[in-house]
Amino acid sequence: MTSARNRFASGVLLASIFLLFAASDANALPAFARKYGLRCSACHEAWPMLNYFGQKFKDNGYQLMNDRDAPIWQNNGYWPVTIRITPSWHRESTDKVAVDQTGGQQRITSHGFDVGGLDLLSGGTLDKNLSFLFVLSSDENAVFHFESVNARFDNLFGSPWLNVKVGKFELDNIVSEKRGLTLSGSGGGFQLYHFIPVGDSNFVGQIGDNQFGLEWMGHSANDRTRISASLFNSSDGNVDLPGSNSYTGFFAGSQAFEIGKLGTQRVGFYAMVGQAPTNTLTSGGPEFPIPGGGFGNKTFSRVGFNGIFYLKKLDFQVVTQHGSDNAYFATSTASPDPLPGGARSAVWNGAFVETHYVHNPQLVFIQRSEWIRMSQQAIPGTPSNLGDIDNYVFGYRYMPIMNSRAGFAIHNEYSWIRQRGTAPDGTDLASSSVLLGFDFDF
Amino acid sequence: MRRMMLNGSLVLTALVTIALCSLSWGQATKAEEDQRLGMESHIGKLTGHATSAQGNYRRYCVGCHGELGDGEGENAQWLEPKPRNFTLGIFKCRSTTTGTLPLDSDLFDTIGRGLDSSNMPSWNPLSAQERADLVAYVKHFSARFVTEKPGTPIEIPKKPELTAERLKAGQEVFQRVECWKCHGPTGMGNGPSAATLTDDQNRPIAPYNFHDGKRFKCGTTDEDLYRIFMTGLDGTPMPSWSDNIKPDEAWDLVFYLRSLQPMKSKEKELARQIGLKPGAAAASAPAAQQ
Repeated sequence: MTSARNRFASGVLLASIFLLFAASDANALPAFARKYGLRCSACHEAWPMLNYFGQKFKDNGYQLMNDRDAPIWQNNGYWPVTIRITPSWHRESTDKVAVDQTGGQQRITSHGFDVGGLDLLSGGTLDKNLSFLFVLSSDENAVFHFESVNARFDNLFGSPWLNVKVGKFELDNIVSEKRGLTLSGSGGGFQLYHFIPVGDSNFVGQIGDNQFGLEWMGHSANDRTRISASLFNSSDGNVDLPGSNSYTGFFAGSQAFEIGKLGTQRVGFYAMVGQAPTNTLTSGGPEFPIPGGGFGNKTFSRVGFNGIFYLKKLDFQVVTQHGSDNAYFATSTASPDPLPGGARSAVWNGAFVETHYVHNPQLVFIQRSEWIRMSQQAIPGTPSNLGDIDNYVFGYRYMPIMNSRAGFAIHNEYSWIRQRGTAPDGTDLASSSVLLGFDFDF
Repeated sequence: MRRMMLNGSLVLTALVTIALCSLSWGQATKAEEDQRLGMESHIGKLTGHATSAQGNYRRYCVGCHGELGDGEGENAQWLEPKPRNFTLGIFKCRSTTTGTLPLDSDLFDTIGRGLDSSNMPSWNPLSAQERADLVAYVKHFSARFVTEKPGTPIEIPKKPELTAERLKAGQEVFQRVECWKCHGPTGMGNGPSAATLTDDQNRPIAPYNFHDGKRFKCGTTDEDLYRIFMTGLDGTPMPSWSDNIKPDEAWDLVFYLRSLQPMKSKEKELARQIGLKPGAAAASAPAAQQ
C-alpha cells in the first residue's frame, strides 16, 4: 500500500514538474509597449515580473488612465497580439525512478533541446474602461488551451474601487506565478501554489492555477492599497461546467508603503476557501462521470501572508501558507464511504522567499528557496515528514533586447527539489534541472 | 607622385583634426554632463540625487526622452506631441514666470501627474524619493540649471465666489485676448490658427480642446488652470497672459473655461441657467477686428 502510494506520489511529482515546465506561460505583452511607446522595463521589474508601475497599469485595466487608452486612438494597423516562445537545452535528473529491467530503482537523467510551448497573448482595451485578456497556450505538441480568457469592466462609476472581471483568470495574488522569473522543470513554478499532500485527491485547491469565475477588485488611486474577492468554479480552471455545482472563494488584500531610499514595500494576505465533490455519479462505468453528478462536497482552505520588500537593487518576495484539506480529500475517500480509522484533515505549512538582484533593467539574478512541511498527516502513524518539500532555484536572466517592440532574454537556471518519502522504496525523492534557454516575445 | 602623397597627407591631417575636434567636443559635453551628475533636487524634506536615478531613468524614461535627454528616444518618432528635450531646460508646467526655470516641485509634480494629451503617464507608483531623484536627473541634462536659478512662483489670489456676472466676464476675456484664435470659438481646439501652430522646435502642436476631458495639461484644479494661462506653457505657442489679464479677470476666465468642459460642474449649470452659450461672444470677434 505504502509502496503503491509512493509510486503514485513520485508519479505526481514528476508529472507536476513536467507540467510546471510545459505551462510556463506568463503575461508579458509587447503589444502594450507598442501601444503606449514604453519599454518592457517600464512595467516589468524584469520581464515578465511586474513592477509597481506595471501592477498599477494592470489594475487600471491595461490603461495608463490618460486620454489615449481607448483603441480608437491607435493606428488601424495596431493589433494587440503577442507571441512568446522559450526554446532551450535542458537537463532533468531524478535520483530514484522505478525501473523494470533492473528490478528496482535507479537515477534517470535526460537532456536535449526542447521548447516549452507557445503562448499567444492578446489583451488591452475594447473601449475606455473595458478591457480584456486572452492567453492561448500550447504544449510542445501545439495542443492549445485557454490559459486566460476574460473581460473586465474597469473603474465602474468612475471609481478605481469597482472593477469586475468575468472569465478565466489568474487569482489576484501580488506574488504572481504566471509572471515568475523561473522556468526550469524543478523550479519553474511555486510548489506552494500547487501543493497536494501525498495520498490527497484534492486537485482544485491550487492557487497557482487560473480559474473560471468572477472577480471584484478595488485599489486606491496610486495603487498602494489593493483588495479583491473572487468566486469561481471548483474545477481547477477546466472548461465546461464543473462536475458539481460547487464554488471556491479567494480573497486578497495588500498595502504598500514607502521607506525612504529603500523603496516601496508591500505586505498582504490571501485566503482561499472552497468545497469540491469527492464522489460522482457515473454512467457506463467509473470512467464516465455524469456532468453535474458530483456529490459528497468537502472543504479545503489555503491562507497566508505575502509581501514584496525592496532593499535598493535587491527585492524579496515572501509567501507563506497554511493549508488544510478535509479528511475525505486527504485520504482519497469518496463520501459517504467510511473514512479509514482515525482519519483527519491533512494540514501543512509552507513558505518561500524569492530574491532578485536587479543589477540593471536588463540583468537580474534570481534565487528562490521554498519549504513545505506537513503539520498533520491524514492517517495517524504516517511519517510526519512524508510529502515535505524543499526546493531551491538559482539563475540569471539577461535581456539584451528590451525595447517597445520585443523582448529577448538569455535565461540560465538550475533548480533542485526533494520530496520526503516519495521514492519507490519509500525514501526521499530528489530531482534537479538545468535550463539554458532563450525566452522571447514579440 | 610626390604631389599626390602631399595631397593625401593634407586630407588625412584634415580628417584627423576634424575627428579629434569632434572627439574633444564630445568629451567636453560628456564631461560637463558628468559634472552635473552631482545635481540635487529639493522637494519639501526630500533631497533627490541625480546619480541615484540613473537606473530608473534608463528603466522608465529613456525610451522616449533618450539617453542624452534630448527627446530623441527610440519611440520619439512614433509619438505626438514629441517628448521633451531636457537639454533645453524649457518646461511647460511651471509655477514660475514665463521664460524662467521651474521649481523642483514643479518637475516633481509633472512626473507624478503625467501630462494629459501626450504619452507621458503618471509615474506616481514610483516612490517620492525615486521621483525626487529623477527630478535631479532631468535637471542634470541642462546647463541652465547650473547657471540660472528657478524663477519666482506666481501668486494665485484666493478664488472669488462664482457669479453669473463673472461667468459672462470670463467669456468676454476669452474673446478680448483672442483665446478663440487657437482654442476655437467654442473651446474645441479648432480655432483659425490651430492648424498652423508649432512648438519651439517648429513641430506641429494642437491647442487644448476644453470639451475633451476634465484634466488640463498641467493639473486638474481651478488653481492649475489659473496658473497655466498666467505662466504660459513655455516651448509652446501658449503665452503667459499675466501682462494682459488682471488676476480677477483670470478667475473669470477660469469659471468660463470650466463651463465648457464635459463633466457636470456648478459653472456649467450656471451657464445653462443664464443661457450663456459657448462661442456666442466669440462669434462676433472677427467682425470686431475688421
